Amino acid sequence: MSFQVNDWWILLTTCAVSLCCVIPGTFLVLRRMAMYGDAISHAVLPGLVAAYLISGTKAGPGLLAGAASSGLLVTILIEFLQKKVKVQHDAAIGLVYTFLFAVGVIMVSQFAGMADIDQDCVLFGEIAFVPFDLIAGIPRQLLISTGLLLLLLLALWAGYRGLYLSTFDPGFAAAIGIQVIAWHYLLMAMVSLSTVIAFESVGAVLVIAFLVGPPATAALFSKRLPGMFLLGSLFAIVSSVAGYFLAMALDANVGGCVSLVIGVVFGISVLIRKYLFRE
Amino acid sequence: MIIQAKNQAIEAHNLTVIYNKKPVLWNIDFTLPLGEITGIMGPNGAGKSTLIKAILGLVALDSGYARVFDKKLDEVRDKVAYIPQRQSIDWDFPATVRDVVTMGRFQSKGLFKRMGNEDRRIIDEALSQVGMSSYAGRQISQLSGGQQQRVFLARALAQQAELYLLDEPFAGVDASTEQSIMDLLVRMKRAGKTVVVVHHDLQTARHYFDWLVLLNTSLVASGPSEQVFTDELLRSTYSGKLTVLSRVGDQLRDRNFPVRENGK
Ligand SMILES: Nc1ncnc2c1ncn2[C@@H]1O[C@H](COP(=O)(O)OP(=O)(O)OP(=O)(O)O)[C@@H](O)[C@H]1O
Ligand SMILES: [Mg+2]
Repeated sequence: MSFQVNDWWILLTTCAVSLCCVIPGTFLVLRRMAMYGDAISHAVLPGLVAAYLISGTKAGPGLLAGAASSGLLVTILIEFLQKKVKVQHDAAIGLVYTFLFAVGVIMVSQFAGMADIDQDCVLFGEIAFVPFDLIAGIPRQLLISTGLLLLLLLALWAGYRGLYLSTFDPGFAAAIGIQVIAWHYLLMAMVSLSTVIAFESVGAVLVIAFLVGPPATAALFSKRLPGMFLLGSLFAIVSSVAGYFLAMALDANVGGCVSLVIGVVFGISVLIRKYLFRE
Repeated sequence: MIIQAKNQAIEAHNLTVIYNKKPVLWNIDFTLPLGEITGIMGPNGAGKSTLIKAILGLVALDSGYARVFDKKLDEVRDKVAYIPQRQSIDWDFPATVRDVVTMGRFQSKGLFKRMGNEDRRIIDEALSQVGMSSYAGRQISQLSGGQQQRVFLARALAQQAELYLLDEPFAGVDASTEQSIMDLLVRMKRAGKTVVVVHHDLQTARHYFDWLVLLNTSLVASGPSEQVFTDELLRSTYSGKLTVLSRVGDQLRDRNFPVRENGK
């Protein structure tokens, strides 16, 4: 088995996707809002399908816009159910995302002939197809995920203090005049975008592992927020690489194998933290 | 009994906050004095934290308004420091003591501004004022309750505000830390700052505060401590909680309060 150009493409794309997830995922973990990630990763489906149907292609900004808007729709619906209808928080999340996901699944089965998507691909993704969809010789997925990674880094750099403070102490943040709600929506938009990217590669079910796994592992060892980002990125890359080779060895789904490794790395880290880092 | 302050730092008019059709604050109307230490007291769920948040514009008001330094809050936000109840944040957050105090130098306009030497000097000074300099690099999850409280206080000091609103700074703090925090508040007052403290301990309230607000959803009393701290007013604030009150009753009967030297 030799390592070829195609393998490099898949590996690079996996790394880029997992890095995209680390940025919003870190804040989700710190805000104890991991379920939002799960909710959004499912609820972007109808937006994705609609964007496919309208634009007729998988590429382009239409797709990102469709996904981002359904991500924001989830956030708004959850807030609405919670604040106006007084539905319990976790119940609101559960109701909203399963509903939207169901709508998406029905759209897929109705229009599958028109757009190039099917239910398996929606649920589990297939990063192995990455090398067959090239733009100027480079896989479309890799281009998009690298572009998004740059965009997210820019948002992180520009919004660092706002995101940081409204995550750590929203009461204090609001008291000094920071628009906590606006930062919440920015974060949800970031989650939506990285989810869309991850979605195509790993499918709706496993996105949450990418969002939450590496940051949660990093949280075990990090003393400061910048360190948590770096460590989370390191875990993301290690898991992507190891997961990729595992998938090759087992001839299995790449997304599934990476998620498996993410889980194993987390488990080992918990043990290390418990037995070696005891203060 | 509601007495109006002569020089006013805060004025509230008909403040009403309703959660789920239940009033949490009802028609609160008072003024708090400039340059003094005010205590806000009342039983659990009386709406003390909500009152502070209402003054800061952090909760939606169902009626009324509050003004700070005779201005709308938005015009004087940079003169106001807020210390939330310690339990309101996650102390496992990956941040060091210094990181938290640094937040005191953030401003909503200028979130991109870099920390300068002056900022760093102010942060160092705030840390040393609360005796936490040697803990600057420690992660906040590894602090005791009293140390966490002092970190919060240092962050407020770093804001260099004129008005300080502290929500239960003495909760879960040992006696000597409580004393050192109180000394610091008195020093701040001497420097002309206005300090408002949500407090639970009736035993110490009278020595600590120049002005007292008694709250139980509606306002029971607001005025100079010596006039407000009476058996009758306390009884109507803490209706039914006799265990607390009988101790205070003893204290009141003794009438042996130390004379406060507060430089008035
Ligand atoms: N976000 C909220 N939604 C609904 N009810 C709330 C909310 N925040 C507070 N309350 C209710 O408002 C009342 C007053 O709460 P508040 O926190 O102001 O009391 P408190 O006097 O500070 O109490 P404590 O001494 O326990 O800190 C309580 O009955 C509480 O249950
Ligand atoms: Mg309170």
